[in-house]
Amino acid sequence: MSRRDAMAWGAGALALAGLATVPQWMHNDYYLSLLISVLMYSVLASAWALFSGPTRYVSLATVAFFGVGAYTTAVFGETLPWAAVLLIALGLGVAMALVVGLATLRLSGVYFVIFSFGLAELVKQLVTWYEVNITKDLGRYVFVDITAQDIYWQLLVLLALVLGLRAWIARTRLGLALRVIGEDETVAVHVGINTTRVKVLLFTLSAAFMTVAGAIMAPRWTYLDPTIAFAPAISFQTLIMALLGGAGSLFGPLLGAVPLVLLFEFLSANFPNHFAILVGLVFMVIVYAVPNGISGWLRRRKHHGGGK
Amino acid sequence: MKPLLELKGLTKRFGGLVAVNDLSFDVHAGEVVGLLGPNGSGKTTAMNLVSGALPLTAGEVRFDGRTISGLASHQIARLGVARTFQLVRVLGGMHCRDNVAAGLAFRPGGLHGRAAERAAQQLLERVGLGAQAELPAAELTYIDQKRLELARALALAPRLLLLDEWLAGLNPTELQQGIALIAALRDEGMTVLMVEHVMDAVHALCSRCVVMNTGSRIADGPTREVLSDARVIEAYLGSDDVEETAHA
Amino acid sequence: MNLLDILLAGSTLGGLYGLIAMGLTVQYGVARIMNLSYGEFLIAPAFLAYLGVTAWGLSPILMLLLVLPLGFIVQWLVYQLLLTPLVRRTGAGPALEVDSILATFGLMFVVQGVMMVAFGGNYHSYTYLSTPVQILGSTVAANRLLVLGVAIALGLGLYLLLTRTRMGTVVRAVSVAPRFAPLVGIDVRFTAALAFGMGGAMVAASGVLVSMFLPFSAAMGTMFAMKALIVVIMGGVGNLMGCLLAGMMLGFAETLVATFIDPGLTLAVNYALFLGVLLLRPTGLFGKGAR
Repeated sequence: MSRRDAMAWGAGALALAGLATVPQWMHNDYYLSLLISVLMYSVLASAWALFSGPTRYVSLATVAFFGVGAYTTAVFGETLPWAAVLLIALGLGVAMALVVGLATLRLSGVYFVIFSFGLAELVKQLVTWYEVNITKDLGRYVFVDITAQDIYWQLLVLLALVLGLRAWIARTRLGLALRVIGEDETVAVHVGINTTRVKVLLFTLSAAFMTVAGAIMAPRWTYLDPTIAFAPAISFQTLIMALLGGAGSLFGPLLGAVPLVLLFEFLSANFPNHFAILVGLVFMVIVYAVPNGISGWLRRRKHHGGGK
Repeated sequence: MKPLLELKGLTKRFGGLVAVNDLSFDVHAGEVVGLLGPNGSGKTTAMNLVSGALPLTAGEVRFDGRTISGLASHQIARLGVARTFQLVRVLGGMHCRDNVAAGLAFRPGGLHGRAAERAAQQLLERVGLGAQAELPAAELTYIDQKRLELARALALAPRLLLLDEWLAGLNPTELQQGIALIAALRDEGMTVLMVEHVMDAVHALCSRCVVMNTGSRIADGPTREVLSDARVIEAYLGSDDVEETAHA
Repeated sequence: MNLLDILLAGSTLGGLYGLIAMGLTVQYGVARIMNLSYGEFLIAPAFLAYLGVTAWGLSPILMLLLVLPLGFIVQWLVYQLLLTPLVRRTGAGPALEVDSILATFGLMFVVQGVMMVAFGGNYHSYTYLSTPVQILGSTVAANRLLVLGVAIALGLGLYLLLTRTRMGTVVRAVSVAPRFAPLVGIDVRFTAALAFGMGGAMVAASGVLVSMFLPFSAAMGTMFAMKALIVVIMGGVGNLMGCLLAGMMLGFAETLVATFIDPGLTLAVNYALFLGVLLLRPTGLFGKGAR
C-alpha cells in the first residue's frame, strides 16, 4: 500500500474516531436524531452506490430490504439477543437479493429495474397478508431496549464497513470488473468476466447493508406497520442522495446525504402536505442539472483545469 | 494435424430468417483465414456464433477439439478466443492502459497491479499507442481506437483471433500500417479468422478464404483461386443473365 | 363463483390490463423510454372522470371521449419537454434508459404528490351502470361489460391505426429499426413523441374505465405501472397482440387466485408470473425482448 493510501486510511480512521465521540458531548436530542438520519441515509446511499453506481443498474428496491430489516427487529427484537436479530436480518436480505439477482441480473438492466420497481410493493403486500391472516394483527410495537447513542454507533460502524468495502473493492480485480461492466457489458463478457456473478455478488452485498440498516433503525419507530416500514419515500430519497453526491465516487453518497437530509427535514416540517411534490421536483432538478452528481462535477472541473 | 477451430453444420435462425445455413469449415493453427461475402451473407453472425455472443440454432463449434458452442462468452474468452467488433467497442471512460488491463486481468493466469501496468504498456507500444497510455479511450481517433481494441484482444493471450472488419474505414496509409500489424502477428504464429471486405488486406494476409452468400458457404480454398471463382464473383457483383433477388 | 363468473371477471380485468399495457408497449417500443410515471397518468384521468361525474354531472362516456385527446397531448408534452433533453444529452442507448428511468421516476413522485394534495389518500369511486345484467345464467354488473367492450374497441382501434394507416406504419418502423428509420426519411423524434402521445391516449382511456368499476386512490398508480410493465415484457415489447394475451393471462391468474386462494395475494401472482417468464422465456412469451 502506498504512503498516500496509508494516509488516506489513517485520515478515515481518525474521522471515524472523531465521529464516534459525538454522542458523548452532544446532549441535544434533536441534533442527535438528525445525525442518526444522516448516518442512516449515508449507509443506504453508499450501499445503493455500491451496486447501482458501477453497474448502472438502477435499483428502486432500497426500502424492500430496509423494511424487511425493520420487520425482523419488530418480530424478534424482544425474544432474541440483538446480535441474533441482526444476523437474521442479514440472512433474509441476502436470501431475497439472491432470488432477485439470480432471476434478473443475467438479463439486461431493464428487467432488473422493473423487478425492483415493484419489489417493495410486493414484499409489503406479502407481509400485510401474513400479518392479517396469520398473526391477525397488522401493526407491531417495537420494544427493544436500545438507546439513541447505541443506534448512532451501530450505524457509524455500518457506514465505516460499507465505505471500507467500497474503497477496498475499487483497488481489486472485482473493482476493475465493475468498471468494465459499467462501461460496456458486451466487452466485459468478451474479456472473460462472468458478469452475472459479479452483479449478483454486488447486489447481495448492497442488500445486506440495507437490511441491517433497517434492523438497526427499527427501534426509532416504536410502532411499525407495513406502510411505515416499506415507505416508498425511503427508496426515493436514497436514490436522490446517491445521485446528487455522485454514485461513482466513494464519498459522493455522503455529499448527497448530508445536505438533503437537512433539506428534507426542513421541507417535511414546513410543508408536510407538499413534501412528495417538492422532493420529486428536487429529484428532477438533480437528474437534469447534475447528472453525474456533485463529485462528477468536481472531477470534471479538476480535469479541465481549475482556473475557470 | 487437428484443426484449431472447427465449424460443423453451424446454423442460426432468427424467426423465419436463416442467417447462417449449415456452415462448415476448419481453421488450422497458424493460418490466417478470410471470411468473405457480400453484405448480409451472415459473416458477422457466424463470428458472433463462434465467440458465443449469439446462441446457435444447430450445429457445433469446436476449439482445439473441445466443444465451445453453448458456452457463455466469458468462458470462451478464457479458453483463448479473442475478438474485435465490427463497430469498435472501447471503454471510453477509462484510459487506454486500463482498457488493455481489462483484457489482462480476467484470463487464466491474469495480471493485476504493477505487472499488469507493465504488460499493458508493452501491448500499447506494440500496436503503436505507447504515447497515449493515459488518454481516455473516448478521445482517440478511429484508427487508434481500433488499435486499442486489438491490444485488448491480444491482452487475452489468445490462440485464436477473430477480427470483424478490423481494416474497414481506413485511409491508405493506415491500411498499410494495419496490414503490417496483422502480418506481424501472423509471422509470430497467431491463428486469425478475419471477416473482411478490403481486398488488398485479404490478398496480403489470408492464405485461405471461405466465402459466404446468404448464409451458406459457396467457396473454400486458397485465396487466389477463391477470388477468381465464378460463383464468388457472381455473388459479389451479381450476374447479368440471372434474375437476382436483392441481397440485404 | 361459478366458471362463467370467473370467465367474465377474468376477461374484463385481462382486457383492461391488455389495454393499459398496449399504451406502454407503444411508448417503450418506439421511444425506447421506460415510463415509470405511466401509472400516474392512469390515475389522474380516473380522478378527472370522478370529478366530471360527481361535481359536474357529466357522463363517464363523455369523459372517456374527452380524455383521449387530452391524454395524447399530455404525454406528447411530457416527451417533448422532459424527455427530449435527455435524448439529446445521451443519444439513444443504455445511458438514455438510465436517465429516462430516473426522470420518469421523479415525474411519478411529483404527479402522485399533486394528486395526494388535491384528493388525499382515500379511495374514491362513483357508481355508473352498476345494474346487474344476466348473461348465460350468470350475473355481472353492466359497467364491467362496458369496460370489456370499450377495452376491446380501443385495442382494436389502436391495432388498426398502427397497421392500416401510413402514420401507424411509420411508428412501427421506428419500433423495429430505430437506427435505420432516418434512412427512409422518418423523423424519429417526431415519431417517438407521437407514440408517446398515443400511449397517453390509451392510458387515459384506461383510467376512465378503471374509475367506472374499481375504487381507486392516489397511491395506486405505482401498482398499475408495475402491472403494465410486467404485461409488456411478458407479451414482448412492441407486440400489441402479445399485450392482449399476456394481459388476459394476468387477469385470469389474478381472478383465480383472488377467488380460490386469497384476494390479498394478487401482487404475488403478478410477480410469480413475471419470474416464471424471466426464467423460461425472457424475450417474452410471444415476441421480442426488451433489448
